[in-house]
Amino acid sequence: MFDRRLIEHFDWGLLVLILLIAGTGLMVLYSAVMAGWQGTGLHYLFKRQLIWMGGGAVLMTGVLFFDFQNLNKLNLFIYAACVTLLVGVFLFGQSGGGSQRWISFGGVSVQPSELMKIALIISLASIYATKVSPEGLNFRQLLKPAVFCMIPVGLIVIQPDLGTGLMLLLIAGAITLFVKVEKKVVLILGALSGCVLPVVWFFGLKTYQKSRILTFLDPDRDPLGTGYHIIQSKIAIGSGMITGKGFLQGTQNALAFLPEQHTDFILSVLAEEWGLVGCTVLLMLYFLLICWGLNIAYNCRNLFGSILAFGITSMIFWQIFINVGMVMGLMPVVGMPLPLVSYGGSSVITNMVGFGILLNISMRRFYTS
Amino acid sequence: MVDLPKTKERDWMKQRVMAASLCVLIVFMLLFFRLVYLQLIKGEEYHRLSETNCVRLKSIKPSRGLIFDRHGELLVDNRPAFDLVMVLEDTGSVPDTVSLLASLIDEPYVDLMEQIQKAGTAAFYKPIVLKKDISRDQLAIVEAHKFDLPGIYVEIEPTRHYIYPKTASHLLGYLGEVNKKELESGMLPHVRAGDHIGRYGVEKSFEFYLQGRRGGRQVEVDVNGRVVQELKTVAPVPGHNLHLTLDLSLQQLAEDLLEDRDGAVVALNPANGDVLVMASNPGFDQNDFIGGISTRNWQALMNNPGRPMINKTIQGEYPPASTYKILTAIAALEEKVIDGDDTTFCPGFYMFRGRRYHCWRRHGHGHLNVVDALAQSCDVFFYLAGEKTGVDALAQYANGCGLGRPTGIDLDHERPGLIPTSAWKRERFNEAWFPGETLSISIGQGFNLATPLQMAVFTAAIANKGTLYRPRIVTAVKDVNGNVVREMDPEITGGIPASRQTLDLVRKGLTEVVEGDRGTARSIRIKQIEMAGKTGTAQVFSRKTGEKFDNENQKRTLRDHAWFVCYAPAQNPVIAIAVIIEHGEHGSSAAAPVAGTLVKKYLGLPGPEESFDAASEG
Repeated sequence: MFDRRLIEHFDWGLLVLILLIAGTGLMVLYSAVMAGWQGTGLHYLFKRQLIWMGGGAVLMTGVLFFDFQNLNKLNLFIYAACVTLLVGVFLFGQSGGGSQRWISFGGVSVQPSELMKIALIISLASIYATKVSPEGLNFRQLLKPAVFCMIPVGLIVIQPDLGTGLMLLLIAGAITLFVKVEKKVVLILGALSGCVLPVVWFFGLKTYQKSRILTFLDPDRDPLGTGYHIIQSKIAIGSGMITGKGFLQGTQNALAFLPEQHTDFILSVLAEEWGLVGCTVLLMLYFLLICWGLNIAYNCRNLFGSILAFGITSMIFWQIFINVGMVMGLMPVVGMPLPLVSYGGSSVITNMVGFGILLNISMRRFYTS
Repeated sequence: MVDLPKTKERDWMKQRVMAASLCVLIVFMLLFFRLVYLQLIKGEEYHRLSETNCVRLKSIKPSRGLIFDRHGELLVDNRPAFDLVMVLEDTGSVPDTVSLLASLIDEPYVDLMEQIQKAGTAAFYKPIVLKKDISRDQLAIVEAHKFDLPGIYVEIEPTRHYIYPKTASHLLGYLGEVNKKELESGMLPHVRAGDHIGRYGVEKSFEFYLQGRRGGRQVEVDVNGRVVQELKTVAPVPGHNLHLTLDLSLQQLAEDLLEDRDGAVVALNPANGDVLVMASNPGFDQNDFIGGISTRNWQALMNNPGRPMINKTIQGEYPPASTYKILTAIAALEEKVIDGDDTTFCPGFYMFRGRRYHCWRRHGHGHLNVVDALAQSCDVFFYLAGEKTGVDALAQYANGCGLGRPTGIDLDHERPGLIPTSAWKRERFNEAWFPGETLSISIGQGFNLATPLQMAVFTAAIANKGTLYRPRIVTAVKDVNGNVVREMDPEITGGIPASRQTLDLVRKGLTEVVEGDRGTARSIRIKQIEMAGKTGTAQVFSRKTGEKFDNENQKRTLRDHAWFVCYAPAQNPVIAIAVIIEHGEHGSSAAAPVAGTLVKKYLGLPGPEESFDAASEG
């Protein structure tokens, strides 16, 4: 039977936050695709994003209807299904932009690497829930999670999709540090990578590979590609000043100076048109969202639920940090969308499902196993 | 699940969440401070930059690789061309500016406006090319009225320049603007809209090496679009240079010798297959294609009955005529249906199944062996030899000698020629092979077709005692600093399927063609050296019986094609040549002298006038 307490405990605050961010995102996207001397020819993307958001909302609602603890029982099955899909990408996948990332089911294309993020979070939460101790985890206890992590990372990196592979590592790292590891382990791992990396750099990599990594770290090395994107993005952001140029008034955006202004670099459109005020509001909303997620982790009476909530929150956090840092020239340029703001179906769906899980944990926070 | 005491678990969780919250707070503070730095502290500066849109990306075209002949003589380079461009954003009123410009440089207003409309969807700040390659006078006028023409600029573009117009035009080829479909195909990752790529000849075949890599500049421009300062530059990488096997002076001589006659000349080095001469007449001026060929020029090229856009050396398929008797001789000798001592009597015709097959010499050649028959090009001898060998055996030897298939030269559009077999005829016409057709085949008439290049490769193989080479046109690709990027080694594609004795007999016969007292090409004999060759006269009439001609052209277009293949010196050959003169009538009178003059020039022997001079001096 449906538990009436679930409605009483429903997390309206989180829902309002999500709706506020999504609303801001749609407004900025509207500006990004509609402004311009002759239009940017991307009008149809706005409608498409609305459809994605609608689909995401349906999925998010669907996720509410079952107890999140079922995920703990099903974790191996979910994990195996996602890994199978990743392997399937190589066998039946469609190439896009030089790498195989998509797989098609009766007309619907999915990107298994996106699903894998959530599957990995569930698996790690399930493993760690049985292992936590106040002293932290030792090497032996970290072996299983490491294997669970490296299989999908390896499959995604050879697609090749370095950005998503790195994302999985960051999420896994955050969860692992959250459940605490022994100091000794942290020190040894740090020292080990400190020794191995220089060896790989000097003996394992070819010149062109090094040059690629250096460009990744320092966009100025490629002034006609990413270096140009970054300077245009900085001009767009800086020119917004305190109050911005006004809705649909951004000139950098309108003149198509900005690369990818509707996907990865969408924050520069917001910054140009709404200035420091607009950006601060969005950053505050994101900050609240992250804190809300951490609070859900704290309030959950179930260790699996806590770690799961933390994992989802860390996924959102990393996207925000990397994207905002990249657009403002603090981070290397990698393909990383801004949650609920950037255009893109995969990102919208994954994040909405993540929010669904957060809402689910929040409304069942008093459940104990 | 681990059983922790409830309060202990809450404390532990609190500690972990607090630590995480602290990290999150630090990160958001960092992002916020960066935002404040960009929007408050640097805000004014970036705002100014955005007002003038002042950082622009200008691409720098690479200069295309140069092309040299075998002696390092420069054949193709690049010259600066001045393009008139317009940046919409900097132009106040587009119609006013364009109409003033049109009247100043005397170009139709509508043409200039059309370029702007065509650019339609391009960004506001990107330059639109109004007119490519303006004249020096127009350049001077535009520069003088610079301030009346806001948003109009002159850009300097490296442009292809063919130093010797019309020389080796088919071999060198020409450029054309890349089209949308090619850009979208993804096959040309370094090419952008508006770029020119090789469309024909080595310009096309070696596009990959010649094109180079585009560079670019980030520049800061003022309100009028003028460059204030360069921020960053990536230098373009110039294309690689090509070193051809072509001999420029020999090529020019060959083209001069063809004069206004339609035809083709190929000269090869028999030792490695190097193409020394590749001339096809009429040709075209490659410089006309730069910046798009005008409709008038294109129509003129298309309507020329001499078909200047065809490279006759590889695309022209002709009946090989009597030059094919070399092949018939090899096949008959190898199949042992004749030997060197066998003689045949030629009464001037051969009766075959109740029909008379004439020899070109109506009163006959009398008794001759294979060497005499080659020297005098006796048809009757080869009717008999071919009949005994049979059509399919002849075809087998022809294929072995590289005929009937492309030679594999690095040029597009090469035709394979045709070597008929009985199976081919059944498939093509659904008819059995008639024995009489074998007679025609034996003397190179009938269905067989060969390109001048194929005949040159075959002749070169006779000259070098049996080795077939893939014709080589490029010896090396070198980068701008002279380092070798790729070297092309001579490539052997096969060997003539004949014994040493057979080849010696054939070579003897070919030497007699020029050196013998009754040889058909004895008129081109050179005092200093012995030469070997074979004349041919390809009947056009029988192949065109179904066609109608208007009276004026009838006489010329019905004349026979004149062939001559040769190598020299006969004992130790360094050059092999194939010449065809369309409607030149007799190989001996029209084609052979061309080859003779080329041989003299290549071997550095004095021509008739020079020898006269030398005699008078001495």
